Amino acid sequence: MFDATSHPARPALEGATFDGLVRVEAAGLTGMITLRGDVDAIGMPVADVTGLDVPDTLGITGDGVRALAWMSPDEMMLFCDYAEAEELAASLAGSLEGEHALVVNVSDARAAFRLSGPEHRLREVLAKLTPADVRPEALPPGMIRRSRLAQVAGAFWLDDAGDLRVICFRSVADYVWALLTGAARPGSEVDHFRDVRM
Amino acid sequence: MSKRLSTGGRLIDRDTSLRFTFNGTHLRGHQGDTLASALMANGRTLMGRSFKYHRPRGVVTSGAEEPNALFGLGKGDRFEPNQRATTAELFDGATTETQNHWPSLETDVGAVNASLSRFLPAGFYYKTFLWPRSFWKHVYEPFIRRSAGLGKAPDKDARDPDDYEHFHIHTDVLIVGGGVAGLAAAKSASATGAEVLLVEQTSHWGGRAPVDGAEIDGMPADAWIEKTVAELEAMENVRLRTRVMGSGIYDHGYALAYERIADHAPEGGRPRHRLWRIRARRIVTATGAIERPIAFAGNDLPGIMLASAVRDYVVNHAVAPGDRTVVVCNNDDAYRTALVLDDAGLKVAAVVDARPQGGGTLARTVKDRGIRVLQGKAIAKAKGTKTGVTAVGICEFTGTGDVTETIACDCVAMSGGWSPVVHLWSHAGGKLTWDETEAQFRPDPDRAPRNEDGEAMVHAVGAANGHFGTAEGLADAWDAGARAGGGTASGAAPAAAARDEAAMMPVWLMPANAKIGLRRKAWLDFQNDVKVSDVALAAQEGFTSVEHTKRYTTLGMATDQGKLSNINGLAILAQALDQEIPAVGTTTFRPPYTPISLAAIAGEARGDLFQPVRRTPMHQWHEDNGAVFEPVGHWRRPYCFRRDGERTEEAVRREIDRTRHGLGMLDASTLGKIIVKGPDAGRFVDMLYTNMMSSLKVGACRYGLMCSENGFLMDDGVVARLSDDTFLCHTTTGGAERIHAHMEEWLQTEWWDWQVWTANVTEQWAQVAVVGPHARKVLEKLGGIDVSKEALPFMRWTEGTLAGLPARIFRISFSGELSFEVGVPANRGRALWDALLEAGEEFGITPYGTEALHVMRAEKGFIMIGDETDGTVIPQDLGLHWAISKKKEDYIGKRAQARSHMADPDRWQLVGLETTDGSVLDDGAYAIADGTNANGQRNTQGRVTSTYHSPTLGRGIAMGLVLHGTDRMGEEIDFTAEGGATRRARIVSPVFYDPEGERQNV
Repeated sequence: MFDATSHPARPALEGATFDGLVRVEAAGLTGMITLRGDVDAIGMPVADVTGLDVPDTLGITGDGVRALAWMSPDEMMLFCDYAEAEELAASLAGSLEGEHALVVNVSDARAAFRLSGPEHRLREVLAKLTPADVRPEALPPGMIRRSRLAQVAGAFWLDDAGDLRVICFRSVADYVWALLTGAARPGSEVDHFRDVRM
Repeated sequence: MSKRLSTGGRLIDRDTSLRFTFNGTHLRGHQGDTLASALMANGRTLMGRSFKYHRPRGVVTSGAEEPNALFGLGKGDRFEPNQRATTAELFDGATTETQNHWPSLETDVGAVNASLSRFLPAGFYYKTFLWPRSFWKHVYEPFIRRSAGLGKAPDKDARDPDDYEHFHIHTDVLIVGGGVAGLAAAKSASATGAEVLLVEQTSHWGGRAPVDGAEIDGMPADAWIEKTVAELEAMENVRLRTRVMGSGIYDHGYALAYERIADHAPEGGRPRHRLWRIRARRIVTATGAIERPIAFAGNDLPGIMLASAVRDYVVNHAVAPGDRTVVVCNNDDAYRTALVLDDAGLKVAAVVDARPQGGGTLARTVKDRGIRVLQGKAIAKAKGTKTGVTAVGICEFTGTGDVTETIACDCVAMSGGWSPVVHLWSHAGGKLTWDETEAQFRPDPDRAPRNEDGEAMVHAVGAANGHFGTAEGLADAWDAGARAGGGTASGAAPAAAARDEAAMMPVWLMPANAKIGLRRKAWLDFQNDVKVSDVALAAQEGFTSVEHTKRYTTLGMATDQGKLSNINGLAILAQALDQEIPAVGTTTFRPPYTPISLAAIAGEARGDLFQPVRRTPMHQWHEDNGAVFEPVGHWRRPYCFRRDGERTEEAVRREIDRTRHGLGMLDASTLGKIIVKGPDAGRFVDMLYTNMMSSLKVGACRYGLMCSENGFLMDDGVVARLSDDTFLCHTTTGGAERIHAHMEEWLQTEWWDWQVWTANVTEQWAQVAVVGPHARKVLEKLGGIDVSKEALPFMRWTEGTLAGLPARIFRISFSGELSFEVGVPANRGRALWDALLEAGEEFGITPYGTEALHVMRAEKGFIMIGDETDGTVIPQDLGLHWAISKKKEDYIGKRAQARSHMADPDRWQLVGLETTDGSVLDDGAYAIADGTNANGQRNTQGRVTSTYHSPTLGRGIAMGLVLHGTDRMGEEIDFTAEGGATRRARIVSPVFYDPEGERQNV
């Protein structure tokens, strides 16, 4: 008989890796919680529950485990461990009781990717796919951009470890995987960006 | 005859030897050759045939403006037609073939001799096609088809094996053109601290300054270029790229550039082309100038070239276009060609200068070397064979063309002056001004393309700005570069000698009063065979606007887009109209500057990446189990699942039959799911839907209709109330994003003070419809949630853990059967699907696709957005009055539905249709009525919106909109059918199956 415990949650792409100009990996299960509300109303409770600073416009804050991203003037996205998302969403909803806010666990709605390698190459791969300004001064660590990746919506940021994180909707995970690995294929170097020298 | 010189050639590497084939013949060239220089080095001057008359053609230029030397390059999957030999870099193993001739380049039966060409005048096509009509199909079209187009299209089975990509960058300053002006602009712009991208279309820097013998900062041009490039390369804020052509400039500093990465080195694993999509604060166009040919009789013979091209080939590639050259000109610059040829030990037979007073310092230098210079003279006509010019006849420039002397030659270097390359400047609206002194259109700095800040977005510099002296061009570029960088120039501009040239004299036709016989042979557009007489004829026949003349004569419509012919042509037009040149104006400059590959425009969007395909969590299972897919939005949904040997319609019938009599399951994950939450959520959904939603109880579901402001039905779906202040709105598959945007628009622009938040959670949930008499049994078997009739009645929902998976179950039915839609988090979707397959095995569970879904809903008379609706249908047309609240004060579309046309009783109404013979009505068939309308068309009284064969009922069923339909039950009407036949159908209720709803309510 069917046993749910032997059927764990499976992300759109499992364990995929690609080595080219940069390494591209499917990041696997990632907790994501959409928070909608006026920042003045929800900022403090969210900061209290998560222990994270409320991000400024285009900002993303994090503590290495969780991250809180600005998504629009009245929307934030909390990244967390997949397993804790449901409970965390409930606890956030609880702490926002009485406020006009929407908390919803959307951990299954998106696919996540991690790209690692020299920073100038990460920017180069991105620049092949998005019209957003990805120069170091325009996309520093701590900033998230919601833009497009070729023909679909996507968001990306550089994390504290210097890795490039990319998310897209789950249904187009295969498409975005092909985009990212295509943009990172050996031989397609542009050598436009340069690593910022210390 | 053209040949390779034993010394010189600044761009070629004589230590290399590259093999290539030309129409199957094996030839050799050097690294640094273009295809054109390599062919001339091998004595090949005949390079193609013209478009209209198939006249023999040789190379005219040494750059992107080349109209004649067009080739098919590569073979098989990499074959590409219409490639310019002058810009194609030679590589080892290159395969080239000539175009537009049959059976061979040397013997082309399509060639039209000069006497016959009189019967193909300007506007030939327009005139000919008018009469007689029958000739169009049998004579003209086949004739034009065969002769139109230069290169042949690649083989239909060829598949481009290369990769292409886009590259988006932002920069402060984009500089187009890496000649000395572009380099100087880059230096001064980067000195301001601005970020600079400098692109050059060829593979080398410096433009023509080294060929023209410029000295800069006391150094030969080559040395200055090398030093400057090295300095720029060392700068953090500068990026330099060769083989990148500035292709187009658009609004707001957006520019496209076309990089040819691997054209000269295929199969290296690199992308072939890259399209740079550049957002620049300021753009500097340092695009140089193009030399103008001179219109004289026979000027299209091979061996007659631009004077600048002749010296380019000698200096850059050590190729002599001929042994004995006549230079013909109206300006001093062309004398440089005489000096270069003389330096190379090649004979200059004469310099024919149209100016009676002759030239200045350069002319004196030429005379001092003992070269013959004729002043106030002209070439009356050039004589030659198909392989090239053999002599020119000399006459007085002011005369009508009586030949006084014949000079033998195998090359003519012509120069009618220079035209700044104003294309990029003009793309985004920059205006031009006519410069009398140089007889040129140059950019008008007071009417530059502007940025959002009102400041000039584009600065033209150097020769592109009409400055033909090295010193003047450098000073101009130095100053504009700094301004583009947002500062002022620091330090002095690179120094060079001031221009020392006598004034040029405009020459549009040679000789000035050439008789008609000569004008008929004086070419303006070499590729399209447009001559001076054609433009004059166009003017005479009333095509007096320059744009009309262009279309009528095809002047400037060749692949070079008039780069050589434009100014000469409009000057001739001005003469014919007795107007000033600026009054005639130019045709419109449009991107791209030269043709770019379609593949570069497509970038990565080809093959599997042509369009994103959205996949549900169960998509892989569908692929593995015989799914025939159909596109629904960007999703691919299974239309049906074919089993071994089954035809598609057999699979659909089986799926319907198994579902109605056993158990079916459908991947419904694609349905839109939008959460609406907040104190005003009830009020909001009442406005969105035509029916009352705020009265819905927590735990209950209701079907609702959504209309546009204009009252038309735009989406439908089931709404579930999740809590007091939260609704879950299901939309159609294609409607999720659109309806979410619709909600946000109303909330953000109209009801900004309402407290409502929305979230599109479509992709968070995988959803499976479990349908059929055994549906409850299989869910009970999975266990965990009470799905009994009492616990979960029809149109209710519940949540819990089903088979160990967190689940929501909605008891709703789109098939008329006992039905549950089970939603689980998307990452558990496949687990749910597998669990249902396993548990349902004993009930014969059958996955079904969208066609079974459609047939089953049609059997029940349920409408489908996109079938019963097409943007012109209101709910009232569909008999959905029950879903339109009379109690609500307002909803989106209510006012529109009260308009007289919407309330008209003559609007067609939805009915069921049953063919009298049980056959299936055609999709979209019209119900015909008596008589014809004003256009003589048969009158209609309705149309089919959905039509299927119903396996349940064993006959064709359909729904349709029919005039007064609901009052005509039982009446029989005729519908159109394929092949002009008609099919008779009876008007019935649209609910064909289980009208009491007993099957779903168990």
